[in-house]
Amino acid sequence: MDTAFPLFLMLLFAGGLAGAMLAMGEFIGPKRLTSIKLEPFECGSTPIGPGRQRFNVKFYLVAMLFIIFDVEVVFLYPWAVIFRDLGVFGLVEMACFIFILAAALVYVWKRGALEWE
Amino acid sequence: MIVEALIHLVKVLLVIGFVMNVAGLLTWVERKQSAVMQDRIGANRADIFGFRLIGLFHPIADGLKMITKEDFIPPGGNRFLHTMAPFAAFFPALIAFAIIPFGDVLRVGGRIIPLQVVDFNVGVLYLLAVGGMSVYGVVLAGWSSNNKYSLLGGLRASAQLISYEITLGLSIIGVLMVFQTLQLSEINRLQGELLFGFIPKWGVVVQPLAFLLFFTAAVAESRRIPFDQPESESEIIGYFTEYSGMKWGMFMFADFIETVTVAGVATSVFFGGWQVPYLFADGFHFPWGSIVALPHLAVILLQVASFVFKVLFFCWLLMTIRWTLPRFRYDQVMRLGWKYLLPLSLFNILATGVVILALQAL
Repeated sequence: MDTAFPLFLMLLFAGGLAGAMLAMGEFIGPKRLTSIKLEPFECGSTPIGPGRQRFNVKFYLVAMLFIIFDVEVVFLYPWAVIFRDLGVFGLVEMACFIFILAAALVYVWKRGALEWE
Repeated sequence: MIVEALIHLVKVLLVIGFVMNVAGLLTWVERKQSAVMQDRIGANRADIFGFRLIGLFHPIADGLKMITKEDFIPPGGNRFLHTMAPFAAFFPALIAFAIIPFGDVLRVGGRIIPLQVVDFNVGVLYLLAVGGMSVYGVVLAGWSSNNKYSLLGGLRASAQLISYEITLGLSIIGVLMVFQTLQLSEINRLQGELLFGFIPKWGVVVQPLAFLLFFTAAVAESRRIPFDQPESESEIIGYFTEYSGMKWGMFMFADFIETVTVAGVATSVFFGGWQVPYLFADGFHFPWGSIVALPHLAVILLQVASFVFKVLFFCWLLMTIRWTLPRFRYDQVMRLGWKYLLPLSLFNILATGVVILALQAL
């Protein structure tokens, strides 16, 4: 009751507001579509080929690196909260963990995965 | 039971009303402040019965205009995803504010009302989870538009957002190590303590590097200049090229709501939230010994006013940054995120750990 109910209310109102805005735009605005208007806007030139083309593999690489480091962040949260109780032992253990990940970052860096031309 | 539900309802409406109104005003502030900074007059045309009121009617006029505009869905695109994308951008930006406390506990007629919509014991995790959801709106908009420029803009935006999310998460860990809790109300309460008897123990005082990292990453997360690569108007136009009317308005509004949310999080994690320096539950206790007693209601009002003031200050700061700096190139954005901010935030955690243990051993 203390956390679930107000959160439910918040989700309800925020969702209702967003839904109402979508619906208003959908129903109130005029609909006068022409074939020129329906073309994708690509700076005025006629579009060539489908809109969804192959894109640079670098974006996948960034996503994979994100997952590796984001999991690291999640591991660090519980450690940070009880850090004072663990003392020096906890710090040394986590320093090892961070150094292994820093080594991974250095490796990725040296292999050129972070370079964008 | 019913009274409690009503109290929750009032708090939810207050928070949503506050965020929506400040975000709406920010659309006006952005235009007016840029005008002042560039020596123009700026938005001042919308009038009601001849009253212009320095352009304050512009947000209303914008809203009405966007609702009555034609709603366009590209024929080659995905209808459902195209409609869901503005929702996915707008919704998480708005619900993130639920976790932020805007005052201490209010005591009225035997009731104890925490001035916060939801007091999660894992508040910071909720914040990161909801913040992470904002990527979906961007990437869905880019994908469902059937437009090469939108796709490119959406991909760039999502790569930028997930890169800076790591720094965002890592920089808050330093604060968690100092305060030993994930509960935002508790973090706020602990920031009322005094260091050496006279410096307020705000997050920015104990974790200055973490604040700089957090703020940089947060500006990048809210996709504002200097990190507005995803929408860069002059180069790739961005992921909402194929949006019109209210759907486009929702993307724009989500941006301003995110600005307010970033200001709220920066305030409550790093700048003491509702804390006023030297103000305790029964009044001011100044370090030189004088005490000014205040009634409970006055203390609460001062706290809420302090929170609102700090949030507005950060909104102003974000606007000023936006109109002062030029845009970064995309490779510069990625280099800053991965090669500077990420190693620095890892270093900050280790340094914080060493300093805290050294202070304990003394």
